[in-house]
Amino acid sequence: MKFGVIVFPGSNCDHDCYHVVKHVFKQEAEYVWHKSTDLKGFDCVILPGGFSYGDYLRTGAIASSSPVMGEVVSFAKKGGLVLGICNGFQILTEAGLLPGVLMRNRGLKFICSRVNLRVENVSSPFTRDYKPGQVVDIPIAHADGNYYAGPDTIKQLEDAGRVAFRYSSAEGAVNDGANPNGSLNNIAGILNEAGNVLGMMPHPERACEGELGPLDGRGVFESVIGSILK
Amino acid sequence: MKAKVYVTLKKGVLDPQGRAVMGALKSMDFGEVKDVRVGKYMELELDGASKEVEEKRLREMCEKLLANTVVENYRIEIE
Repeated sequence: MKFGVIVFPGSNCDHDCYHVVKHVFKQEAEYVWHKSTDLKGFDCVILPGGFSYGDYLRTGAIASSSPVMGEVVSFAKKGGLVLGICNGFQILTEAGLLPGVLMRNRGLKFICSRVNLRVENVSSPFTRDYKPGQVVDIPIAHADGNYYAGPDTIKQLEDAGRVAFRYSSAEGAVNDGANPNGSLNNIAGILNEAGNVLGMMPHPERACEGELGPLDGRGVFESVIGSILK
Repeated sequence: MKAKVYVTLKKGVLDPQGRAVMGALKSMDFGEVKDVRVGKYMELELDGASKEVEEKRLREMCEKLLANTVVENYRIEIE
């Protein structure tokens, strides 16, 4: 299968994502410059982490109007898989593909740390290889990861099981002590209504090789590859 | 034509930056400060035809880019 990794000015996890899908999972991969408007031939498009446009105005705001984003929206509408990681998640919310907004961390600090996540939905193409309620160890690295949405949106997400990951303790307890950034309901990742778009603040691509630490991010890529190759 | 756009956080949305500024003011002996909300102010130079048309287009700019209406309000002034 073929991954496309979108590159915005200021993306800085594009190479990590490319490396992981290409060299760790041995799949086809190609960079897509943000001015491109052609996503033909891709099975999954990744919006990587970084600081697109220097986070000017709001994180992800300017990237969300890049030429490629119109194409990402139609790719998603046609059922293509779209994975937004960290800044990629912020761009997806600004582009309207996912609801809510990622605000400044409640402690105001940039947090680079390993966190535990509880997997809440294992029926999506991004999470199907995990076990229900499994606790995974995946790092975060962000200053604006504080998920916020209005009460109606939060209810819709919760009722439809669209919360994919929640910050938790190592035992899987979801409480304020396990919440690094103030996200409502400890939300770390959400799915769109159709389930083919995932946005998450943690970095699964940084948790795929033993030399670097935990391996729990592998499940995201293995799920995608499995769901495309059936 | 010149326009001023003010973008502010909606009521009820937590503003950690405003809170930090308030904390700093209090520590500088400005104890009367009860709340601080940090917003954005933008100046736009426009090549617009009429005030009415531009006001409509500025709203569109705010809705589409300048503000995130999930958490922010905006106010427009045209000179």
